[in-house]
Amino acid sequence: MSVIHYREIEGDSVGFWALVALLAAFVAAGLTAAWFMEHFGHIITGMTNQVVWGLPHVFAVFLIVAASGALNVASIASVFGKVAYKPLARLSGLLAVALLIGGLAILVLDLGRPDRLVVAMTHYNFQSIFAWNIFLYTGFTAVTGFYLWVMMERRLNGYSRMVGTAAFLWRLILTTGTGSIFGFLVARQPYDEAIMAPMFIVMSFALGLAIFLLVLMVTCKGTGRPLGNATLMRLKNLLGVFAAGVLYFLLAFHITKLYEAEFRGAEAFLLLNGGIYTLLFWCGAVFLGGVLPMLLFWLPQTRRSRAAVGWGSASVVVGGLALMYDIIIGGQAWPLSIFPGMHVSSSFYDGVVNFYAPSLPECALGLGGCALAVLLILLALKLLPFLPESLVDEPVESHSAVAGTARVPEAT
Amino acid sequence: MNPVKPRSGRREAQAALRFGMRNTALPEVACDQDRRRFLGIAGAVTLALAPGISLIAYAQRDAPKSDAASAMRRWGLLIDTTKCKPSCTACVTACSSVNGWQNEGRPTDPQWIRKVQVSDPRTGFSRSVPVMCQHCANAPCVEVCPTGASFKRADGIVLVDRHICIGCRFCMMACPYKARSFVSEDLSGQKPWAPRGKGTVEGCTLCVPRVDAGTAPACVEACARKGNGAMTFGDLNDPASAIRRALAHHPAVQLRADLMLDTGVRYEGL
Repeated sequence: MSVIHYREIEGDSVGFWALVALLAAFVAAGLTAAWFMEHFGHIITGMTNQVVWGLPHVFAVFLIVAASGALNVASIASVFGKVAYKPLARLSGLLAVALLIGGLAILVLDLGRPDRLVVAMTHYNFQSIFAWNIFLYTGFTAVTGFYLWVMMERRLNGYSRMVGTAAFLWRLILTTGTGSIFGFLVARQPYDEAIMAPMFIVMSFALGLAIFLLVLMVTCKGTGRPLGNATLMRLKNLLGVFAAGVLYFLLAFHITKLYEAEFRGAEAFLLLNGGIYTLLFWCGAVFLGGVLPMLLFWLPQTRRSRAAVGWGSASVVVGGLALMYDIIIGGQAWPLSIFPGMHVSSSFYDGVVNFYAPSLPECALGLGGCALAVLLILLALKLLPFLPESLVDEPVESHSAVAGTARVPEAT
Repeated sequence: MNPVKPRSGRREAQAALRFGMRNTALPEVACDQDRRRFLGIAGAVTLALAPGISLIAYAQRDAPKSDAASAMRRWGLLIDTTKCKPSCTACVTACSSVNGWQNEGRPTDPQWIRKVQVSDPRTGFSRSVPVMCQHCANAPCVEVCPTGASFKRADGIVLVDRHICIGCRFCMMACPYKARSFVSEDLSGQKPWAPRGKGTVEGCTLCVPRVDAGTAPACVEACARKGNGAMTFGDLNDPASAIRRALAHHPAVQLRADLMLDTGVRYEGL
């Protein structure tokens, strides 16, 4: 029976602090952008009355979706009882919380009135999926935080399966809520499909696991901790399945749309002649997000390569961002159909494809939120024992709360 | 002693003070001190209360002349597109002028009402259609608003409470009519009856202060005066109203009727 020794990362190298400084600079740039956006208004962004959600939403929804998926590994360990993944469960929970905080920070700072956050916390319209999401997001942070505590406190290890199950169910509901924000938009032809909720769940599986693998590999490499091939290859295979799952849902989504004449104009725009949106869909979402990772993960030449795991994961992340841009911005670029079948024109851009170009403040805010998430992960890894000292391939049967040799009963 | 009556003048005021405050005769010096104290307190109280009383009086002066919004009414608008000329923008100009919004042609500019030129690509049939908030009974903007800032009055008018709008723009995503605008920059020259603010969402209010005061929305009035009388405003629940009688005798449609939103704005001739 081996014992897992968790230990904080050293975090005293020049490289570590340089990375912290770089991330802090990005966070500061994001906050500055938010201040400018509040001071001057959204006029300094690329958002208009036609494209009302811009690049910040792309990053925010991306991070929020990825956050719920980042909990995959912990869920596999606690809920489905796969002992091999237990050493990674803490990191999984940490990523989930950090990514969610990064995404929410962007979302809040992109509000027209971020100073009224307290209003959003005190006035609820329970018909609104957005209002439900406020509960789902804050609740997820709380549940996952508690889950981390249960995993890290030896005396509470016995509850990890119960709390892990609650967190797992919560994350499923959370991503259902996020997908439903778009699925419920019956007025907009590029959305308006219930399948968007499960599609977002599968997207979260892929994005969360890809980010998890990247963080794990970079951290182990940076801290010199051994990382065995077996776990990595298992997770890589799982990521390949998730990437295929996203492609399947995209196929089902667009086939459903194409079947209905009402949506064919929007589909032709997004899939055939939408310029940047068509490019992002085929080259970004389909190729980078699905095909390339699967090739890297499963082609005989690369299937055992650790570098291929890293590149494949990065490809899933880039493809996921492209898909999110395609869904959020491309969906708004297509004009509303107020007079179906008629040609329309007006001073309010009716009937034309809406133009959108992200501005520097939007980029800064979006990247600032991503940097905040990574910064939180780095600092948490330095302050608390989230990672085992070693992840070499060997049967893992037990885990302890902190560095030490105490042997505890297997947490279920 | 005689009872004190409301009077004016210094002597009378002294008498009022004496009898009112103590009900007994006072030496002259004590009387002066009491008078000063009384006048001081009265002045302070006046200073403290006067603005509030003035505001109440002002509010009461401008209070709606009709009753509070009632579910007995359902305000609606019928637009006869056969009368609406493409060159006429009287409704748009009036709305902009009355409510204080300006459209300079930028994609960030608000438009509470706009003229949409609609044509059938096969037949060439065309119409010029004013489009604004349709004041839906099942308003998607109301359903999606997380804070309840988007709300529907009992009489069917859909509004935005600018005090609790957080500027999330979800209502703009949900509205099938593109009837809402987001205020992207600082404003000046707002009208007291049409509150607007940077960072919040706005749209047609059906000129609710005018409606509450018993007059028609500005667009309807302008259409009657300067346009072609294409707009009819009234209570959809009242069988005797002009709008209800017109709807009973002429075919009218709702925009995106397939969404079953039960709009308050109806169109004839489309």
